[in-house]
Amino acid sequence: MKPRTKFLIGGALVLSVAGYLMASSIKDTGVYYMTPTELTAKLQADPSFVNAGVKVGARVVPGSVQRAAGGKEYAFRVTDGSHTFPVVYRGIAPDTFTDSVDVVVSGRMGTDGTFQATELLAKCASRYENAPQKYKETPGYKAGARRA
Amino acid sequence: MILIGELSLWVALLMAAWSATVSYAGGALRRNDLVSSGVRGLYATFAMILLASVGLWTALLTKDFSLEYVASHISANMPAVYIFTAFWSGQAGSMLFWALILSMYGTIAIATSRSRNRELVPWATGTISAILLFFIATTCFKANPFVRLDFLPVDGRGMNPQLQNPGMAIHPPNLYLGYVATAIPFAFAIAALFSRRLDAEWLGVVRRWTLLSWFFLTIGIILGMWWAYVELGWGGYWAWDPVENSSFLPWLTNTAFLHSIMIQEKRGMLRKWNVVLVVVSFLLAIFGTFITRSGVIESVHSFAQSPVGTWFATFFFLATGITIYLVGTRLQDLEAKVELESMVSREAAFLYNNLVLVGIAFAVLWGTVFPILSEWATGNKITVGPPFFNTVNVPLGLLLLALTGIGPLIAWRRASVSNLKRQFAAPAAFGVVVAAVLFALGMHAVYALVAYALCGFVTGTIVQEFYKGVRARQTIHEESLIPAFVHLVGRNRRRYGGYIVHAGIVMLFAAFAGLAFKTENDVTLKTGETFDVRDPYGHQWRFISQGVSTSNRPDRDVIAVGLEMFRDGKRLGIITSEKRQYLDSQHQTLFQPITQVGIRSTAQLDTYVVLAGVRGNDVAELRVTFNPLVVWVWIGGFVMMIGGLIVMWPQAERRPAQAGYAATIRTPRAEAELPVGV
Repeated sequence: MKPRTKFLIGGALVLSVAGYLMASSIKDTGVYYMTPTELTAKLQADPSFVNAGVKVGARVVPGSVQRAAGGKEYAFRVTDGSHTFPVVYRGIAPDTFTDSVDVVVSGRMGTDGTFQATELLAKCASRYENAPQKYKETPGYKAGARRA
Repeated sequence: MILIGELSLWVALLMAAWSATVSYAGGALRRNDLVSSGVRGLYATFAMILLASVGLWTALLTKDFSLEYVASHISANMPAVYIFTAFWSGQAGSMLFWALILSMYGTIAIATSRSRNRELVPWATGTISAILLFFIATTCFKANPFVRLDFLPVDGRGMNPQLQNPGMAIHPPNLYLGYVATAIPFAFAIAALFSRRLDAEWLGVVRRWTLLSWFFLTIGIILGMWWAYVELGWGGYWAWDPVENSSFLPWLTNTAFLHSIMIQEKRGMLRKWNVVLVVVSFLLAIFGTFITRSGVIESVHSFAQSPVGTWFATFFFLATGITIYLVGTRLQDLEAKVELESMVSREAAFLYNNLVLVGIAFAVLWGTVFPILSEWATGNKITVGPPFFNTVNVPLGLLLLALTGIGPLIAWRRASVSNLKRQFAAPAAFGVVVAAVLFALGMHAVYALVAYALCGFVTGTIVQEFYKGVRARQTIHEESLIPAFVHLVGRNRRRYGGYIVHAGIVMLFAAFAGLAFKTENDVTLKTGETFDVRDPYGHQWRFISQGVSTSNRPDRDVIAVGLEMFRDGKRLGIITSEKRQYLDSQHQTLFQPITQVGIRSTAQLDTYVVLAGVRGNDVAELRVTFNPLVVWVWIGGFVMMIGGLIVMWPQAERRPAQAGYAATIRTPRAEAELPVGV
C-alpha cells in the first residue's frame, strides 16, 4: 500500500471518530434554545416536552425578582412580550442579573408551569457599550443612531 | 485636532480606494508608475488613519463630551490610562483601531518586501488597500467615532469597572493585533495566486506575519482567560463562548500553518493546503468579528449589536468567493512535486498535526454556528455547550499533545528503527513513569492519566533535545553550561524557540487536565462559624468567617467578607471577597455591583472565594472553589510568549533560503539532525 493511501486511511479514521463524537454529543447534550412563545407553543403541541431540557432567552419582568430568605434561591418572571412565566433558580446569580436584563435560563418546565432553572446567564446590553438611556432619548443621539 | 482627525478619516477612505484601484490596475497592466502610486496611496492611508486616531485620542484625553463616543465611554474622574484605552473599548473606536493597525502593518509589510517580492507587491498592496477600504468605509458610514451629540453633557457615563483592569486594557489590542495580522499573509497569498508566482518567494513574508499573528493571538487569548478568571468570579477561565471560540479559530489555523509550512520549505509538499490555511485564517478572523458584532449567535459577551454585522457578512462572502475562484483556477500551479514516502516520518507526523488542528477548528466552528445551522435545517434552534466541545476536543487535544512530542524528533522521509529507539525510548519511559506514579498516588481518571503521561513524554523529548544540543556544544566548542545553552538557542532560534513554545503547551495541558479535579462548595457562614473541607490533594482546610464589613469609598460602596484560612491546622492568613457598587461623583450608582474575588494562588492549587451575597448583618453566602494547577495556564502562556519571541527575533546573519528541495538529496539519518522550528 502506498504511504499516501495509508495516511488517508489514518486521516479518515481520525476524522470519523471526531465526527462520531460530534454527532453523538450534539444528540446527548444539545438543548433547544427557545423564546417563551416558542416554548409555550411546543408544550401545547407536545405535552411530554416538559421533560426536555431547554434554554430560554427572555427578559426579566421589572420588579419580579424575589430572593428567597434562604439566600441562593431566586424567583422571577421572564417575558418576551407576548408570553410570561415564572422561573425558580437555585445557585449564585451573576453580578449582571437584575430587573429588565436579558437572561438565558437553562432547565426544564415544571408541570405547574414554573420553569426550574439550573443555570442562569444574564446579558447586559450596556455591559460593553454604555450609551445611557437619557442620551438615547435626545434628538442628537437619535440622529447619531440613524447614521450608525 | 478633533476636526482634523474627522476629516483625515474621510481622506483615508479616498486614499484607500485610490490605492486599491491603481495597485490592481498596475498589476494587471504591468505599469510600474501605477504600482508606485498605489504603494504611496497605502502609505498615505496609514498617515491619514494615524491622524484620525490622534484626533480621537485628543478628544478622549481632553474629555470632549460633545462627541457621543467620548460621552458614552469615559467619565471625568477615570484614571488617565483607561481614558487612553477607551479608544478601543467601544465599537466605533475599535473599528478605527483595526484600520490603524492594518494600515500600519500594510505599510511595514510592503515597505520591507518591496525590493524582494516585486511581482507580488502590486497585488498585495491592492488587497491590503481593499481590506482597508472596507474597514474605513464601515467606520465612516456605520460606526463613526466622531459623531457629535447636539448638547454638551456635564460628564460621560464612564467605563464598566470590570473593564478597568490592566488585563482588559491590553487584552483587546493584542487580539486585534493578532486578528489583523492575518490580513497580511492573506494579501500575499492572494497576490501569489493572482500573479501565479506560487513558488517559495511568498512564503517568507507569509510565515513571518503568521508568526506575528499567532504571537499576539496567544497573548490576547491568555489575557482574556486571566481576566475572566480574576474578574468575573465564576471560577473558570474558558467557557466555549462563541466570542472566545472566534479568537481560538484563527489561532488554530495559524498554528497549523506554522507547522505545515516547514513541510513545504523542506519537501515541497502541501502547496495547496498552505494557501488554503493562510486564506482560512483571515476568513475566520473576519467571521469571528462578524459573529461577535452582529449578535447572530447568543453570547454572554454582548457587544453592541449594530448594522456592521451585515457589512461584515457581505465582505466575508465576497472574500470567500474571490478566494475560491482564485484557488480553483490555479490548482495546476499548486501541484506538489514530491509524495509522502512513509507513514513513519516527520512529514506524516506533521500531516496528522495539521489534520488534528484543523479538525479541532472545524469542531469548534461547528459547535459555535450550530444554533444557526439547526435553525436553518429544522426550524429549531439547538445550542451546544461545554460538554460538546470537551467530548470532541479532549481526545483530539491529547492526540495533538502526543504529536507535539513525536513531530520534532522523528526523521524526515522515513524513520529507521534505530532513529525511533534513539529519540523516543527515554521520553516514552518517562511518560509511563509519570502516569504510574500518579496512579499510585490515587489518580484514577483515565483522561487525566493519559494527559499527564503525554505531558511527561513531551517534556522528556524537549529536555532530551536541549540536553543533546548543549552537550554537543560543550564538547565541540568547549563551552560551559550557560553559554552553551544561550548559543544553542541563539543559533537555532526557530528550532529551540519552537521547543520552548511546546514546553508552554505542555504546561497548559497539565493545567487543563487539572480541571478534572476542581471542587466547588457553596456555604453559608455567620461570623465565627467554620467550614471544614478537603481539597483535591487530600489536605484538610478550615475557613472561619471574620464577619461581614461595609465601607464607603468616594467612588464605591463595598461589602466585604474575610475568612481565616487553615490548611492541615496551619494558619495561612485571611482571604477576602467583596461586592462593590461603583458610584459617580453625585453618588448615583454606576452599572451593576461587581464581585471582587479572593484568590490564593500556589503552584499546586488556587483557593478561590466568591461572596455571592449577604443576609442580615453577618451572614455571608459564599462559594469556595479549589482549582488545581490554574497558575500553570498563566505560566504556560508566558512561556509560549517567550518561545514565540525567540522564534521571531530577527536572525543576524541570514542563512541561504531554507526553501527548495535540497532535502531530497540528503539521507534520512542526516535529516534527523536538521533544525526545525515551531
